[in-house]
Amino acid sequence: MSKLKNEILSMTALELGKAISLTEVGVREAVEATLAQIEEREADVHSYVTLDAENALRNADYIQKKIADKELTSPLAGVPVAIKDNMCTKGLLTTCSSRILGNFVPTYSSTAVERLEKAGAVIIGKTNMDEFAMGSTSETSAFGPTKNPWNTGHVPGGSSGGSAAAVAADECFFALGSDTGGSIRQPASYCGIVGIKPTYGTVSRYGLIAYGSSLDQIGPLAKNVSDCVAVLSEIIAHDEKDSTSVDYDITALKNALDGDVKGMKIGVPRDYFGEGLDPEVASAVKEVAKKLESAGAIVEEFDLSLVDYAIPTYYTIAAAEASSNLERFDGIKYGYRTKEFAGLHEMYKKTRSEGFGPEVKRRIMLGSFVLSSGYYDAYYLKALRVKALIKKAFDDAFARYDAILGPVAPTTAPKLGDSLSDPIKMYLGDIYTISVNLAGLPGISVPCGTDSKGLPIGVQLIGDCFKDDRIVRLAYAYEQMRGEFPTPKGGIE
Amino acid sequence: MKNIIDDATIEYVGILAKLNLTEEEAEQAKTDMGKMLDYIDKLGELDTSNVEPMSHAFKVQNVFREDEVTNGDDRENILKNAPEEKDGMFVVPKTF
Repeated sequence: MSKLKNEILSMTALELGKAISLTEVGVREAVEATLAQIEEREADVHSYVTLDAENALRNADYIQKKIADKELTSPLAGVPVAIKDNMCTKGLLTTCSSRILGNFVPTYSSTAVERLEKAGAVIIGKTNMDEFAMGSTSETSAFGPTKNPWNTGHVPGGSSGGSAAAVAADECFFALGSDTGGSIRQPASYCGIVGIKPTYGTVSRYGLIAYGSSLDQIGPLAKNVSDCVAVLSEIIAHDEKDSTSVDYDITALKNALDGDVKGMKIGVPRDYFGEGLDPEVASAVKEVAKKLESAGAIVEEFDLSLVDYAIPTYYTIAAAEASSNLERFDGIKYGYRTKEFAGLHEMYKKTRSEGFGPEVKRRIMLGSFVLSSGYYDAYYLKALRVKALIKKAFDDAFARYDAILGPVAPTTAPKLGDSLSDPIKMYLGDIYTISVNLAGLPGISVPCGTDSKGLPIGVQLIGDCFKDDRIVRLAYAYEQMRGEFPTPKGGIE
Repeated sequence: MKNIIDDATIEYVGILAKLNLTEEEAEQAKTDMGKMLDYIDKLGELDTSNVEPMSHAFKVQNVFREDEVTNGDDRENILKNAPEEKDGMFVVPKTF
């Protein structure tokens, strides 16, 4: 079966879905191939926090029957998927990679997960992440870091590092991640796969454990653009359980995969190519602009402005929202509770101090400070005002361009252990992704080369709100011109 | 570092954040927060006197619905997650 296993694993999600619908591959076979791959790779990569093998196999048979009965017709029916561990899954451990939720079993599923299940995708397990999605390397997980499948001496990025690594290592066919400041796009870039953060509000956040509610968005990580669009087609929908959910018509998105980019206008911000950007990344990204230009797109350099203000704005707002959102973890209704305490307040404080890791505490403290009376206006409101200016800068850009093209991150994946010692340095790595969340925009990361160390480089396309189809159109056209992207060989530097 | 965070501030923030910091953690928090605030002070370079604070990137409005129960009784499963429960209720420490 080993040849067959590799044959199955090399398929994209849509290819596998098609093969299943043609009964060339059985759903159980696909799940077994995935589980065998996990068995083989997990010790090195550690993508998963929780595996749900038994249920996956049971569901495989059930789904197979429903496909045979023509009850399930989604192109993703029978395809194994991994879910980031900050999305609630009914009856399946959901930890946010935190000690404080180490034993939490949700009584309901997040809407995005439920919609995938209804489409017949098979949940294989829950993927590792930075604790509460706070980090850019997946090293702040309470359960140990995930490693980059391209080179296990390097990080996979974060916070959806487990989801990205699982896709890259063929430990699933696609995954869901969440993106608050780059947490889908950056790990997708580091792991040589495609990741989309759709426009805020298009995918329901119901059941996504909140970090920064005004910034959080669920999206897909997959082997190519078409797979990502297939996933979005299942999970984008209005949901009355999320009051920020919008009704978004996905027709244009589905029609964006034809390679026609003639006359589309692309802006390349000069301020994205300044100091701090690795020259190898810069040249790979500029190559993408040239390719799209050769296909008939109009490429122009421009000044986006305010780029240096995005990170301080983001960390103020995200920390403020986090300090409020994470107040619910108090040792009463679920999760960890400290063993010894005198009275209610000591229980709260000890529970939280023992349950949260250092990065989460750092952000809760900062958030509590910027929201405290006397500092609220100077920090929090100031950040909300700058956010309005950043949004305006994007509005001006999108009055002229269909998309903005730039790098995803200043470098390729850093070495394990190199990032956490200096938080501000780590935060600076988010410079190209973070403003997208502040402005609610869609962004996509597509692999566009490897550096001299053999690590993948990603290009980012940013679109205007609800114009997700335009960046997908450009990304797909580029992907077709680029051809097959290599897959990780593994190994350690 | 321009922003010097004193012991009283860290203690106060600890109360707001409901976190007990060890002496070592408190020292680290003073440095980390000071550095971060120095960095955030960069926003002061921008004149925002005529800019309204923006909480959401595009217009959102209140969404109303009838207050009807749509989920079933799941008390047993919900309580399974509780650190301590008794007679169908969450047990909390004495509050007085």
